[in-house]
Amino acid sequence: MTENLSRRNFLSRGSAAVSAVWLSAHWPAMVAAAEHAHQSAKSSAPPKFQFFSPEQAAEIEAITARIIPSDETPGAREAGVVYFIDRALTTFAVDDQKTYREGLPGLQTRVRELFPNVERFSSATPEQQDQVLHSFDEQANSGGRNFRPNAAAHPFFETVRVHTIIGFLIDPDSGRAGNRDGIGWKVIGRDRDHMFQPPFGYYDKDYAGWQPNPPDAEKTKA
Amino acid sequence: MKPDLPRYKTSDEVDFVIVGSGAAGGIMAKELSTNGFRVVVLEQGPYLTEADFVHDEIKVLNQDLLTNKPKLQPTSFRKTPNEKAKPQRALVYGRCVGGTSVHFTANFWRFHEIDFVERSKIGPVPGADLRDWPITYADLEPYYSKVEWEIGVSGLAGASPFDPPRSKPYPMPPLPVKSSGVILERAARKLGWHPFPAPMAILSQPRPGRSACVNCGFCLAFGCEVGAKSSSLAAAIPVAEKTGRCEIRPNSYVHRIEMDSNGRVTGAVYFDEKRNTHLQKARAVIVCANGAETPRLLLLSANKQFPNGLANSSGIVGKYLMLNSGGVATGVFEHQLNDYKGFAVSRLFHDFYELDAQKVGFYGGGGIDARFDLTPVSFALGALPPNTPRWGKGFKDTLAHNFTRTMEIFGHGTSLPVETNSFSLDPDLKDAWGLPALCLTYKDHPDDVKLANWLSRRALELLDAAGAQQKWAPTIGEQQFAVHLLGTCRMGNDPKTSVINSDHRTHDVKNLFLCDGSSLVTSGRGQPTMTIEALAFRAADRITALAKRGELA
Repeated sequence: MTENLSRRNFLSRGSAAVSAVWLSAHWPAMVAAAEHAHQSAKSSAPPKFQFFSPEQAAEIEAITARIIPSDETPGAREAGVVYFIDRALTTFAVDDQKTYREGLPGLQTRVRELFPNVERFSSATPEQQDQVLHSFDEQANSGGRNFRPNAAAHPFFETVRVHTIIGFLIDPDSGRAGNRDGIGWKVIGRDRDHMFQPPFGYYDKDYAGWQPNPPDAEKTKA
Repeated sequence: MKPDLPRYKTSDEVDFVIVGSGAAGGIMAKELSTNGFRVVVLEQGPYLTEADFVHDEIKVLNQDLLTNKPKLQPTSFRKTPNEKAKPQRALVYGRCVGGTSVHFTANFWRFHEIDFVERSKIGPVPGADLRDWPITYADLEPYYSKVEWEIGVSGLAGASPFDPPRSKPYPMPPLPVKSSGVILERAARKLGWHPFPAPMAILSQPRPGRSACVNCGFCLAFGCEVGAKSSSLAAAIPVAEKTGRCEIRPNSYVHRIEMDSNGRVTGAVYFDEKRNTHLQKARAVIVCANGAETPRLLLLSANKQFPNGLANSSGIVGKYLMLNSGGVATGVFEHQLNDYKGFAVSRLFHDFYELDAQKVGFYGGGGIDARFDLTPVSFALGALPPNTPRWGKGFKDTLAHNFTRTMEIFGHGTSLPVETNSFSLDPDLKDAWGLPALCLTYKDHPDDVKLANWLSRRALELLDAAGAQQKWAPTIGEQQFAVHLLGTCRMGNDPKTSVINSDHRTHDVKNLFLCDGSSLVTSGRGQPTMTIEALAFRAADRITALAKRGELA
């Protein structure tokens, strides 16, 4: 079976695959990286919000929880996606602040249009919440490698959707407050180890080794 | 310990200034400094090292850690020269020391004999200006071996019956097979095709100062943090610096090549990080800035003698751009492949390298590989089956099930050289330094689109034979985004139809050389870097010989 070497083990003792020369050349950088990882671990307690008010954060978290819901496995809520989004809006996604600032009141208006007795998104039932979100989104045909945003979707919803997915799956060691404890990677089955050794999966587990193609193979044209 | 590196003054007339430190520039720097010349490499991007190569998809993919910056370097696109180009992100290339070789997939197939003589063999293709190279595969073969041994390529010689002849085996065995590779190998054999272990510019065994691949899984689009990927940064530039004769000068954006009244270039003008302008003097200039920036630099360097662009008496600088065509099919399997572990590709086949145009009805050919080259966020945003819900429980369940069970079959194919396909200077759009931005004009030759979709259909057949539970392939349309940047200052014997001769010397200027993807005459079958590097090794030999004979003075 795959030998599991955690990142910490990798950093502290190296392995047969890493040459001594490489270790000596990179030791200072690796120590710095390990120190950084340690700092991130220490600060994993929920940080204060920088952009959202607590009330806004509760609404955004409720949206993320419908995009990647918690069921038998954890979802966006457990992965701390709202903290990722909050930090994103003061770092790499500053340009999206307006989208959030204007989008959230619009969403609440839609909630009250559809459900006059419901005060805000977070207090609606999950079914009602989904209905609200569907009204902001139209299914796009996403065959193949389609990384473009869905033009038919409302920009606010599309932005929250993409941010939620990124916040759920970003490298947990990237210091962006997303994918808390690697929860997102656990859900999709990605080991958090920093290096891997074969066999990797079911189909290469019993591979008998390379066998040459038949010697009579002719160069044929299709 | 880093060796003491030379710091040349800009007023020092060094032997060579090399513009760009990527696949070609890095090798050129290594070879020429090793041969005793004084070299300055001007690289527009920063000098990053392994410690900078994180797995943070935002930093690398959204913030363009390793690549050209759309905000600073806007681009425009149009399909044909009659249209007004619209500002649009039109290309990606490596913008750091090591260039695109830092983040590439590292597929390292050689070109085959046919790639150099296709025009003679099949005749003209309507709507394209297909030409033979002035050199043959045999001329380049020793340099392919040199790339494999000096840069570090893993593979198995003789495993593909379609491989061209070679003078040496690979220096190290292939990387381990992945589940996607086993699936391709079994299915391809079932269909009568001839799979083989992928030649990869990734170390399967450690080399001095470099680790073997640790299979971390952040490979395509990311820099290698253990030096296993054989980029110019890991494999060539350290050798150049060790000579004590080569200075790599990062954050140096060359925007003009100066020429004297005798028609000789005298050096390269660049902005430093603070946007101060300098002229680095040199006896000769070698431009290795890639198939987009090399023609742009020549066009920006227009002068009295060359009003249409330096070394552009032919008028074809920037033209005959080829991007390579490609098709893809995705499959989901019953059991876990865990293909997120490791490098991208472990098996491929070349049965369709040379298609018979009479039978298939179009020109072209390609290679087909099995791969998984997506990191988690990219996978979730772009690789789920069509009609998967975009959010909610259905999205989450599909994502959770498919991530470890998905693989892709990629077909990599030819592009025809069409005159109107080009990089040019946008008449209105400017970059952050106030210089004309790149305009991409591109409309695939109809045969290229046919080939791409033909390759997709073979990929679907393969997934079918492999027993994929689910498979799909998007219809491939005309491209409007450039990754492979080929053919824009092509090589040839005729100064009217080519920009450089077979020594990579421009026909027009005796001490100006160009070497990168722009030099290619044909597109090959989608994996150009191996050939760009072989050309760089060969060009360095030719340039060294010219310099030693005093022909550059």
